[in-house]
Amino acid sequence: PPEESALERRLREARQEAQASNQRFWARHNRAFRQEKEEFIYSRLKAKGLEMRDESGQKATLNAEEMADFYKDFLSKNFKKRLQYNRDWYKHNFRITFLMGQVALVRALRWLRRRKKNVEQ
Amino acid sequence: GLFVGRLRNTGARQIPCRFVHLYHVASYRLITFQYFNFLKRMYVTQCNKDLRQRAKPKSDSVVSAFHELQQLDQEKKVVHKISSVSPVHQSWSEMSSRNELREMKSAAETEDSVIAGGAESKEDRQWKEMKLRLDDLPGILARLSKIKLTALVVSTASAGFAMAPVPFELTCFLLASLGTGLASCAANSINQFFEVPFDSNMNRTKNRPLVRGQISPLLAVCFAASCGIPGIALLTLGVNPLTGALGAFNIFLYTCCYTPLKRMSIANTWVGAVVGAIPPIMGWTAATGSLDAGALLLGGILYSWQFPHFNALSWGLREDYSRGGYCMMSVTHPGLCRRVALRHCLALIGLSTVAPVLNVTTWTFPIISLPINLYISYLGFRFYRDADRSSSRKLFFCSLWHLPMLLLVMFTCKKSVLEKEDKGELRGGSHEMAMEIRLP
Repeated sequence: PPEESALERRLREARQEAQASNQRFWARHNRAFRQEKEEFIYSRLKAKGLEMRDESGQKATLNAEEMADFYKDFLSKNFKKRLQYNRDWYKHNFRITFLMGQVALVRALRWLRRRKKNVEQ
Repeated sequence: GLFVGRLRNTGARQIPCRFVHLYHVASYRLITFQYFNFLKRMYVTQCNKDLRQRAKPKSDSVVSAFHELQQLDQEKKVVHKISSVSPVHQSWSEMSSRNELREMKSAAETEDSVIAGGAESKEDRQWKEMKLRLDDLPGILARLSKIKLTALVVSTASAGFAMAPVPFELTCFLLASLGTGLASCAANSINQFFEVPFDSNMNRTKNRPLVRGQISPLLAVCFAASCGIPGIALLTLGVNPLTGALGAFNIFLYTCCYTPLKRMSIANTWVGAVVGAIPPIMGWTAATGSLDAGALLLGGILYSWQFPHFNALSWGLREDYSRGGYCMMSVTHPGLCRRVALRHCLALIGLSTVAPVLNVTTWTFPIISLPINLYISYLGFRFYRDADRSSSRKLFFCSLWHLPMLLLVMFTCKKSVLEKEDKGELRGGSHEMAMEIRLP
């Protein structure tokens, strides 16, 4: 967008960067979750001697108790990654909010100056 | 579509010659808005293959970025646009509210960009404009501050106030309730401010205002500050410093301890239980000005209540918590989760029995409250043994009515102040001291 001050550009870039990094992390994370869930279900069903789909063609699922093991594993596996993401997200968030504050302040001052000019006119 | 409706309404109020102009502009907007909508939908479906819930809120938060963006450019043109567009817009420009001015400005700016803009890059089109709609703002802020939860917090604080062994003072009560409510709003807003990407990933929370881009993070922080600072000031100056300190401490505990801990260790549940236990203590200290055993007892009851309540709730959300990366007992230590819930249900019985010993209530209280305490303990035991969705739901819903009922019974069994003064107990002395503390 044209007529963007340096400050506003930094804000936009910060937001775009945060957006991109969030997207990257979560896309990868959710994909991994889904994949590992499928693998887990498959391996458990195999251990039980069942197929992925039963006779009627319905997808076989495990009950909540069995899934709980998977959830526990998944959570503990990605601990370090999550902490790192947490740190990054907090940094992004604070920087963006701070920049927003600066931009809002600048705009408010501009608006006040304009108003004064209008009044004088 | 909504925004167009708004412009059209404005148009309808115009005098005929202006109306034509505005309608023309409005139809331009209609085209652009729909075009943008189409693109937004495309963006969502493309991402759907990779992300599930992430997609929609993501595009919304992309959308929110543009709110700042559009505001910023073409500011010089705004002045001219204001004078040329319509009388209604001009009357808006005289209004003091900055928000409305901003809204009008972006209306003007968008028109500019639509009419003058022409071919923008694909990148820009994805930065769709987000409007801060003034009529939505109360609803948005209510959701931001989790108004229902705040109402519950205020009612527990009121219960604490009511249970205090002092004559009831209405102004103090109202000030304490208001201060607690404001502090709670602030804490909840900051919590949502910190948790945007995590909330967007979970079904339960993906419709929160910051996730959907209905307001900017800056506004959330400003709102939190504008609630928290007056709230704590009100408590410190209007009630007493102890209550203010407790309120500030609670906000700190919730935002800076509980929220980060949620992602790091299961200890967050215990911290969260303390956060829930502090409001009644605040109510009590607001009334008496001192922290006595009765306050701690009430706090203890709330503390114990949190466990069956939260553990039962989290049982059904294990998948979401696991994927979202929250460390909750129900996911990592399911056995512990159920044990703790049962343990604290039983603790509630114990605490109810201690109440008359501390002269908070008469001996009728443990007797009357025994049925409901036994019932929740029974459900806690079922949850412990069965560990399935239905028992967790039963326990959760029971906890929702159990607490109000327990507090009500407690209040009706409250030991009368006069009775104690007649007995000439120590509490009478501390009561006078409390009165002194209240006088500035």
